[in-house]
Amino acid sequence: MKIYADNAATTRMSKTAVNAMLPYLDEVYGNPSSLHSAGQSAKEALTSARERMAACLGCDAGEITFTSGGSEADNQAICSAARIGEKQGKKHIISTAFEHHAVLHTLNRLKEEGFEITLLDVHENGLVTAEQVREAIRPDTCLVTVMYANNEIGTIQPVDKIGAVCREKGVLFHTDAVQAAGHLHIDVRSQNIDMLSLSAHKFHGPKGIGALYARRGIRLTSLIEGGAQEQGRRAGTENIPAIMGMAAALEEACADIDKNAKAVSALRDRLIKGLGGIPHGVLNGDAVHRLPGNVNFCFEGIEGESLLLILDDKGICASSGSACTSGSLDPSHVLLAIGRPHEIAHGSLRLTISEETTTEEIDYMIQAVREAVEYLRGMSPVWRDLVNGKNKFVIP
Amino acid sequence: MALYSDKVMDHFRNPRNVGVIEDADGIGEVGNAKCGDIMKIYLKIDNDTVTDVKFETFGCGSAIASSSMATEMIKGKPVAEALELSNKAVAEALDGLPAHKMHCSVLAEEAIKAAVKDYYDKNHIEYDHTLFPDCESCGHCGA
Repeated sequence: MKIYADNAATTRMSKTAVNAMLPYLDEVYGNPSSLHSAGQSAKEALTSARERMAACLGCDAGEITFTSGGSEADNQAICSAARIGEKQGKKHIISTAFEHHAVLHTLNRLKEEGFEITLLDVHENGLVTAEQVREAIRPDTCLVTVMYANNEIGTIQPVDKIGAVCREKGVLFHTDAVQAAGHLHIDVRSQNIDMLSLSAHKFHGPKGIGALYARRGIRLTSLIEGGAQEQGRRAGTENIPAIMGMAAALEEACADIDKNAKAVSALRDRLIKGLGGIPHGVLNGDAVHRLPGNVNFCFEGIEGESLLLILDDKGICASSGSACTSGSLDPSHVLLAIGRPHEIAHGSLRLTISEETTTEEIDYMIQAVREAVEYLRGMSPVWRDLVNGKNKFVIP
Repeated sequence: MALYSDKVMDHFRNPRNVGVIEDADGIGEVGNAKCGDIMKIYLKIDNDTVTDVKFETFGCGSAIASSSMATEMIKGKPVAEALELSNKAVAEALDGLPAHKMHCSVLAEEAIKAAVKDYYDKNHIEYDHTLFPDCESCGHCGA
């Protein structure tokens, strides 16, 4: 059996998205900035894609800027808010400890420039509250950036409530919705979201394309100079095939959003229940406020990379927050942020499923993980010391 | 996965000498759970020769493969030869390790040294202390 359970890393493109791209790779290849008919055909496609994306998010087409992906959108949103804040003498930004590095590393750079950054605690359940945001807002706060849903543990943040607090306080609110777009309902107006980042390949669209929504009136700072494309917000000839694929993928995902969420959540809960039967393992992140496709566990006494290798041999593509899989020395900052000790965080496993996952695959994965964990524990001196009572279990 | 050589994957999938020697003559444990890898080596020594060796490892694929390969390389060898086993020799025997995984081979070398030292200490055998520096890679991640 071959099972792809790493949909938070990337997804397979849908047939709809592939077909939407094809004509723009050969037939309609003009540059949308060109005056001639070939260029104008491309421009019409671009305009239509922007309108369809806007309809999915509940905003106007003019509020959408196409980017190379989620990371660029995050960078641009935060840098733009910082430049706006700077002019008003506001140099304080609020975020959370478990944001994606596209946010955290951008904030680090601003810190070096003299900005003050407050990272809110995400608690053991992986959730921040709007009250925490309210308490952290100061007269000099220029931006609140809180992710819509976490990429590792899948917890969904109370974006509506945070948006309401920010609007009341007159502070810009950005959300990294890379894991949420196409999977959860988004309506930027009613949710009081000022800026939102998304990435096409997380919802069965192509890689290398994303978008930044910015409410009318928010001046975006261009990260790439060289042309007047995207209303001067991003230079460079637009990637029309990828944009067409993204728009088609988002429309398709949003049309089926309730049906998909219901079906995938049921599979997720079956997987969580099955893996929950493994002793001395724990689900990471809140079980209810959780992305439909996300399952993330820590298993005591084993290390995540070796678990991934065994699962790969069994045909399962999965992911881990172990340091060994990242090339860095520290395990996942997300797992550390929810209070998992280093040695526990090393033993993490993330399985992210999709609409394509079947019940048979879920049951196969439960059995495969169970066997792999048991096998690795059988050769682990850490596990032996726990079983012998020499050390105490961290996970009951 | 092309991350590792076929040799590494072979030793990871079919690790040699996994287990425990209940009446071991020397036991060495190195590493740190915080860093994500611990290796434990059990030696049976008879007539100055490693007659049996077993290992237990908590760690990534290359840590398990390095332990397996290292035990194969010292089994049946004189203790003096086991002490000479270098991490480079382990890595080479595995057809190489990715640069950021080289510390796994260092742990294997140090686990064997620690087990021999334990044997010497238990049997009051005189030895050159400079041959056994403190485990350098035990806290490699700085955690």
